[in-house]
Amino acid sequence: MLNQISEWNEGHARALIGAHVASPGGLLPALHAIQAQFGWVPRPAIGLLAKEFNLSRAEVYGVTTFYHDFRVEGPAGRHVLKLCRGEACQAVGADTLASVIKERLRVDWRQTSEDGEWTLEPVFCLGLCACGPSAMLDAEPVARLSAEKLETLLEKGGA
Amino acid sequence: MNSLRMRLPKDAAAIALGADKVARALGTACRKRGITLEMTRTGSRGLFWLEPLLEVDVDGTLNAFGPVLAGDAESLIETICTGRSHELALGRIEDHPYLKRQTRLTFARCGTIDPASFDAYARADGLAGLRRAFDMTAAQIIAEVTASGLRGRGGAGFPAGVKWQAAAKASGARKYVVCNADEGDSGTFADRMLMEGDPFLLLEGMVVAGIAIGATHGLIYIRSEYPHAIAAMRNAIAAAREHALLGERILGSAHSFDVEIRVGAGSYVCGEETALLESLEGKRGEVRAKPPLPVHHGLFGQPTVVNNVLTLAAVPTILAEGAAFYRNFGIGNARGTIAVQLAGDIRFGGLFETPFGPPLGELVEDIGGGTASGRPIRAVQVGGPLGAYFPTSVFDTPFDYEAFAARNGLIGHGGIVVFNDTVNLLRQARFAMEFCAIESCGKCTPCRIGSVRGMEVIDRIAAAKGSPETITLLRDLCDIMRSGSLCALGGFVPYPVLSALEHFPEDFGLR
Repeated sequence: MLNQISEWNEGHARALIGAHVASPGGLLPALHAIQAQFGWVPRPAIGLLAKEFNLSRAEVYGVTTFYHDFRVEGPAGRHVLKLCRGEACQAVGADTLASVIKERLRVDWRQTSEDGEWTLEPVFCLGLCACGPSAMLDAEPVARLSAEKLETLLEKGGA
Repeated sequence: MNSLRMRLPKDAAAIALGADKVARALGTACRKRGITLEMTRTGSRGLFWLEPLLEVDVDGTLNAFGPVLAGDAESLIETICTGRSHELALGRIEDHPYLKRQTRLTFARCGTIDPASFDAYARADGLAGLRRAFDMTAAQIIAEVTASGLRGRGGAGFPAGVKWQAAAKASGARKYVVCNADEGDSGTFADRMLMEGDPFLLLEGMVVAGIAIGATHGLIYIRSEYPHAIAAMRNAIAAAREHALLGERILGSAHSFDVEIRVGAGSYVCGEETALLESLEGKRGEVRAKPPLPVHHGLFGQPTVVNNVLTLAAVPTILAEGAAFYRNFGIGNARGTIAVQLAGDIRFGGLFETPFGPPLGELVEDIGGGTASGRPIRAVQVGGPLGAYFPTSVFDTPFDYEAFAARNGLIGHGGIVVFNDTVNLLRQARFAMEFCAIESCGKCTPCRIGSVRGMEVIDRIAAAKGSPETITLLRDLCDIMRSGSLCALGGFVPYPVLSALEHFPEDFGLR
């Protein structure tokens, strides 16, 4: 499954934000809505959120960058592979697997492969700790990940 | 045979192991034979080495098969139709020793019903606790929860009834029940399983909490890493509103209560209750200084009860069966059951709900079957990233808050992660500091700076092979972090670091 995202559109963004602006503490849901639509939280979105929520841009930027989920540098690659770095997955070889993946895609954590296909992200626990190493490939959870299984997934994704 | 009834989990772990593919393959195999397939997608029973675990109704008896792969679908349907036995056959899953040895109170329904069906929940003895609560005053409900001995299952172990009492007494324009479903500890998945497998139980517990403290509004803060749990809870909330478990005049009573879901955004520290409240307010998830306590000054400054998923999910059982029933399980000041989660390099990994008290070694070796890799166990980490690393020499420690505290550890949210003999405890100690540095909210110095200094000191120990000065420095640093941090993130990181140093000095170059 590909990440369905669209180009920045202020009118669309305004509508997304409008759905949360009256809700107490609505900034986080609004940020989620923006990122789900555009794949990241671009600079104009920060300004728009600030205006709608009656906050300073610095405050909105501060909230956005506090959370690992929100991207302010740009959208992810076509596929996102979140690999668990938690202790339960470490206990079954997640660190070695991470090295294999990094070398295979020629990326480090939070980087996107040169062809724009794959973004590698660390995740601290997916709650699949009895069957690690685990990962989330786009929206699909994967358990007992091995180098071989990974290769199959990457090939299916076109790497 | 013209029709078959089956159960197959749609728990995230079962899906990660191929359950959706199995469902499709079974559908195809049945269609080919003209068999009508009635498939109920349930939560998981929590025996993850057997997932995807299929249960097939054969003449009124549910026969289990597992672990099933999509490629097994043809042979399974064939043998079921012909009445022969299959190599994946497990018999009745309730008779499996792993389940038979458990005391399933909170997880009694998980894996047996369609979690999206309100009717299924009601038929399976759901709502009994809430119906009893309708006949009680708020004070009686709180007294019942207090008498049950229920303590917070998130890790801190604070008596739930005492917290409710304080919130009930506090005055405010509006009160809130907040469910902490930010289950971030590695090695834990019980909240996720419960939300995906029996979501109405959590809602029922929240409604009772609302009645008890005088709140009409509840929020569930679920981490974004749990998309399946979020979807299951959203479905359940919609169904609960339809059937008047939420909304005005709940089940015809005079009470009103509604629940909203908020999704986290990848921050571990937001599992700390005050950071969670900040996050719910749409702010950076920075920890608040206490006091004031959330029960007095919580969400938007109003009296707020923050309880873990399993704390709230235990409440319907306590009300339905009575405080004495619940209190009867457990040891010492740890009453009732605890959802132990066996994870890491473990043969029989999964969820094991038991009265408090079994020795750590029994859980890991006897029930968990030792390592999956077959290598010897070297260490177990109990209670998540902020829990201590223990060697097998302390496997006699009973699973109980105070017994673990006496061994300089904690049970946390009940997760046990098993490591084999290839683990290096200096590396694990360094990871604890690294994790703290990544996830620190940045508000207090001991956590924000201390964790970075901690990584550096451990790197120096690794290079210098245990010079006494650097070891002393690490101990000093841990002392400052423990006593000077605002919350448990910086305050508890010394548990994994110092336990690694104490029990595995050879990994630090000491003898």
